[in-house]
Amino acid sequence: MNMLLVAEYRQGKVLGNFHELLAFAAQLQGQPSLFVVGDVNAPPAFPGRVYIADVTTYKEYDPSSHKKLLLEAVRREQAEMVVFAHSSYGWDLAPRLAMALGAAQISEVTAVIDGDCVVPACNSKLRRRVKSLSAITVVTLQSGAFSAQAAQTGTPAVIPLEIDEAGPYTFKGYEIATAGGVDLGKAAVIVSAGRGIGKPENVALVAELAKTLKGEYGASRPVVDAQWVEHHRQVGTTGQTVAPKLYMACGISGAIQHLAGMKKSEFVVAVNTDKDAPIGEIADVMVIADLKQFLPVLTEKLRMV
Amino acid sequence: MKILVCMKHVPDMESKFKISTDGRWYDDGDLAWRINEYDEYAVEQAVRLKEQLGDSDITVLSIGPERVKEAMKKALAMGCDRGVHVVDDRPSDRDAMAIATIIAAFARGRNFDCIFTGMQSQDRGSGQVGLLVGEMLGLPAVSTIVDFSCIGEHNYTIKRELEGGVRAVVEVRGPALFTCQLGLNTPRYPTLPNIMKAKKKELLTVPVAELAGGGNLQDTVRLFFPEKKGGGMLLEGEVPQLADKLIAILKEKTTVLA
Repeated sequence: MNMLLVAEYRQGKVLGNFHELLAFAAQLQGQPSLFVVGDVNAPPAFPGRVYIADVTTYKEYDPSSHKKLLLEAVRREQAEMVVFAHSSYGWDLAPRLAMALGAAQISEVTAVIDGDCVVPACNSKLRRRVKSLSAITVVTLQSGAFSAQAAQTGTPAVIPLEIDEAGPYTFKGYEIATAGGVDLGKAAVIVSAGRGIGKPENVALVAELAKTLKGEYGASRPVVDAQWVEHHRQVGTTGQTVAPKLYMACGISGAIQHLAGMKKSEFVVAVNTDKDAPIGEIADVMVIADLKQFLPVLTEKLRMV
Repeated sequence: MKILVCMKHVPDMESKFKISTDGRWYDDGDLAWRINEYDEYAVEQAVRLKEQLGDSDITVLSIGPERVKEAMKKALAMGCDRGVHVVDDRPSDRDAMAIATIIAAFARGRNFDCIFTGMQSQDRGSGQVGLLVGEMLGLPAVSTIVDFSCIGEHNYTIKRELEGGVRAVVEVRGPALFTCQLGLNTPRYPTLPNIMKAKKKELLTVPVAELAGGGNLQDTVRLFFPEKKGGGMLLEGEVPQLADKLIAILKEKTTVLA
């Protein structure tokens, strides 16, 4: 099967996540080629065909021209599968391409069973096995689901792509969040607050416990978005990635974006009222309790240890 | 300005899910239902745009069985002007392309200037429907927006959320479609007077057969619970005993209490 893997280019660099796409292609025993809108003079190391369109012409974000360039690559490669990372670039472009190809698009693939894709459902509480019914299939892969292949070597056969296009999108540039005062990466203990804390006053319960454990407190995204906790304390894909000795997830259901930021912690304790919350998949200990009652008692007892 | 908001009714994600008898989706019974979280940001953004521009009209559309009317009433109480209920008893049988086809069929010819959807649904989570609707209608579509400003009548400056705290700034000219991400805004609570007013607002009913077309491009083989990876210990019981047990475990398995 010919597979076209879509690499991403951001702020002047090809992102490394295409190595995960290569692992997926290897698992399916496909013949991979790469596509990237990037620097024509600096193709990624890869022992195969690489379709490159010039990023200075087509910009780092312009889904309309990127889609047309991809269509051209799919046609030339006679690809039966187009593979993206399930990222802000991939999930934005994949449906547009699928629409143009009349192809099924399967989002956030975590595994493959007998040629069918497995994707998460209901906040990762469930899994769905999906079969494509179209001649070409477009997939996006969950970050981390397929272990990245080693860095590639070899000189690619570069195939430059060009189209005539003035799309409706004007990409103005990037905004980078300013780094905050707390470096959670240095803390041995992190106690994090999730949506389950219910109201901003309860952040204090989490902060108190963190202090007692001589650690820092963090938060999952919804708590930061609600402005109950500052952004620099956010753990997850859009915040910090941490690996403390102890991570306590309080009222955090365990969305993949959060797990990506803390799953390397040495020991994980989850406090949750929902036994089936996906955080249970990676927690070493899951305490089924209302954190508003449990945390103050735990803090008090720890003070006496 | 004519604004369209697309909204899905989903179960509360804290619910205890059961697999349906055909094994391909979850059982509909015994669930608490709510507006898909991302769609609530879409509703809120539409209402804010109307407040900014004045002289605008917001249609909220939802596909599903009778119960979706409850969610639409909330959207009307938040400030949408009219509801369109596309009656479909089994929307979960349709893939993203089929759902987008229905929405596009409704929107075509109605000249919406601005369309908002959530970036994904909490249950299916494909993140495709909004973008597909944009493609079908030939409109520029920007996904995963966390900041929205409308300059003049039809010029939009949008911030898209990327990974690692980075945002991309993008400009488009309307008519256009936007898919809304967490953090875009804080949805308002409907006030009692607005809830009363919403009861008088128009709620149209359209049979899905009038809008649907084409089949699915993908098929759900089955829905299942992930295997629990061993090792995790479950602690249940009274709070003081739970705290004692946890402290004992932390002393044994970690060095943080040393």
